[in-house]
Amino acid sequence: MSERLTPEPKTRRDILSWAALGTASVTLLGAFGAMARLIKPRLLPEAASRFSIGHPEEYVSGTERIVRERNVVIIAAQGGVAAISLVCTHLGCIVARTAQGFSCPCHGSDFDDQGKVLSGPAPKGLPWLEVSRRADGKLQVDLKREVAAGTFYAV
Amino acid sequence: MDEIAAGSLRSNLKRLPRTIWDSVIRHGPIRSDRTRSQAVFSNLFLHIHATRTHVRSLRFSTTMAMGVASFALFAILGVTGILLMVYYKPSTELAYNSVKDIHFVVPAGRLIRNIHRWSAHLMVLTVLLHMTRVFYTACYKGSRQFNWVIGMLLLILTLGMSFTGYLLPWDQLAYWAVTIGANIAGSPAELTDALGVTAHFDPGGFTREILLGASEVGQEALTRFYVLHVIVLPLVMLILIGVHFWRIRKDGGLGRPGLAVTPAGKGAAPEDTPPTVPAHEPTKTYGLMCVVKDRRPATNQDPVDTVPSWPYLLNAELLVLVATLGLCLLVSLAADAPLKEAANPSVPENPAKAPWYFLGLQEMVSYSAFVGGIVVPTLVMIGLCLVPYLDRESGKAGVYLDGRTSKRTALASLCFGAIMAVAAVAVPVNYGWLRQWFPNVDQLLVIIINPGTLLTLAYMAWSIWIYKRSASTRQAAIALYTCFIVGFVILTYVGSELRGPNWDFYWSKADWPVH
Repeated sequence: MSERLTPEPKTRRDILSWAALGTASVTLLGAFGAMARLIKPRLLPEAASRFSIGHPEEYVSGTERIVRERNVVIIAAQGGVAAISLVCTHLGCIVARTAQGFSCPCHGSDFDDQGKVLSGPAPKGLPWLEVSRRADGKLQVDLKREVAAGTFYAV
Repeated sequence: MDEIAAGSLRSNLKRLPRTIWDSVIRHGPIRSDRTRSQAVFSNLFLHIHATRTHVRSLRFSTTMAMGVASFALFAILGVTGILLMVYYKPSTELAYNSVKDIHFVVPAGRLIRNIHRWSAHLMVLTVLLHMTRVFYTACYKGSRQFNWVIGMLLLILTLGMSFTGYLLPWDQLAYWAVTIGANIAGSPAELTDALGVTAHFDPGGFTREILLGASEVGQEALTRFYVLHVIVLPLVMLILIGVHFWRIRKDGGLGRPGLAVTPAGKGAAPEDTPPTVPAHEPTKTYGLMCVVKDRRPATNQDPVDTVPSWPYLLNAELLVLVATLGLCLLVSLAADAPLKEAANPSVPENPAKAPWYFLGLQEMVSYSAFVGGIVVPTLVMIGLCLVPYLDRESGKAGVYLDGRTSKRTALASLCFGAIMAVAAVAVPVNYGWLRQWFPNVDQLLVIIINPGTLLTLAYMAWSIWIYKRSASTRQAAIALYTCFIVGFVILTYVGSELRGPNWDFYWSKADWPVH
């Protein structure tokens, strides 16, 4: 028992063993790390973020139109046309249009008609999206580009 | 055996069934305690049991059979899951219709699908009850510390299995529950947004992207969830279940009063101890079986209050398996698993509810996604994992709430936990919360100060107060666990029964507005 207390001298064999073990560990970890890269996609499969909403003449001031498949509401006013996202900023449910503005069916966040949070868990207001004019004269909305609330695109 | 000489081909053929049987089951007919032991320890699958079982472990009141029932459900889920895989097609185009086919066309498909669905729900319940039993009988102490942590991992995996399985039917319920779930995973963005650093550091977006493989729930997400559900999670679970069982056996069976509580990592005697004949009931007997000729191990003493695992323990386990299967079958004949309309990414369900065991979480999420969905559950899980490491008092294992103080603590915590949980729901329902009181309140405050965080803090403060008062970590643990269970039950009830369209509060489903 007592000789266990005195540390055994490091032999050349010990040092070579450690080197081998280290090499094996680094190789395996490296291989694992390289493989783990696979699960993070390089390209996200999704539809183009920009889509046409038709000619400006289709929009009469004071009306609005909901683009269902893109979850966006287009609002036409004196100042022009604006687009507000209908995706709740809380957990991604689609808000419904109500008399006072918008309200989310999932966890009860309420927004006014400008998309500002009135109550509920939503951390921020509904995003206003950039509206612009394409070369062919049609208007388009870009889901990826947010603009300040109240920004209308003059037509 | 010796008298059977290597015979002629004819006699070998005559003896073929017998010799094949003997080559598979090598211990011969079971006639004595010795062969009973051999039946257990010479079989790869059975030797996860000790050869002898304490009679106390076989009593229903000791465990309520919840651990074995959980495993039985895991087995049932495995078998029915493989059967469902025969017809299920993991593609957004085909998934919904293939589940519909399973439900309406495939022979026995509806029954198998019902059993799979309901036993998954039942398994969450049995795992929670099993954890509660282990906690209140203080069976997480001594060498069992780490097995409690493995149990927690198994709880998380059980919930993960449910969550990933939820998406597969690709109906409205599936689509919106998983959209919400994935956005909870992405909700650290709430905090990074409030701090204005999301552009540089976005752990929420990263997790969400890894989970969904895309920016929205779609084909990539379905493929990933399918892979997780049918192979990754079950495989990890099976391994952990094996380790979980193995460690129970290595710790001398189920915790019971009088069983030596060995300190963690010191299961065996020190290496320089001379071999001795055990003076007390043996905790392991398998080693002796190989060397003694007698009908039971000669330790100068009977193995006190133990019976051979074969057949007593195995019969008990079989009984639990059959009872569990019977229950699943009855429920599945009585009620069909839900299948709503096909997923529609433009129109959420109203209300969009997760399965019942996530509804307590959903209630918390309705205050703040990040705090209710990430911070509080993580704190609860870490807290539960640390219980055996923070409460290291040597207590009597295997007795429900041992001592009068424990029962008083549990009762007081039950009341405190219930009052606080009800208040956490009642105050915002009746008086609103920060944003109704101060419309321009800072978002960071809304995230940090909400009923969910206050409830968690109240429970922690209560537990610390109990600790100061009783100077006992076990009492503090009882206080915290009881509060956790009560809070879980009440929030789950509120989420499932009292929340209606727009997550508004309704006393009864009859009051829900018709649309």
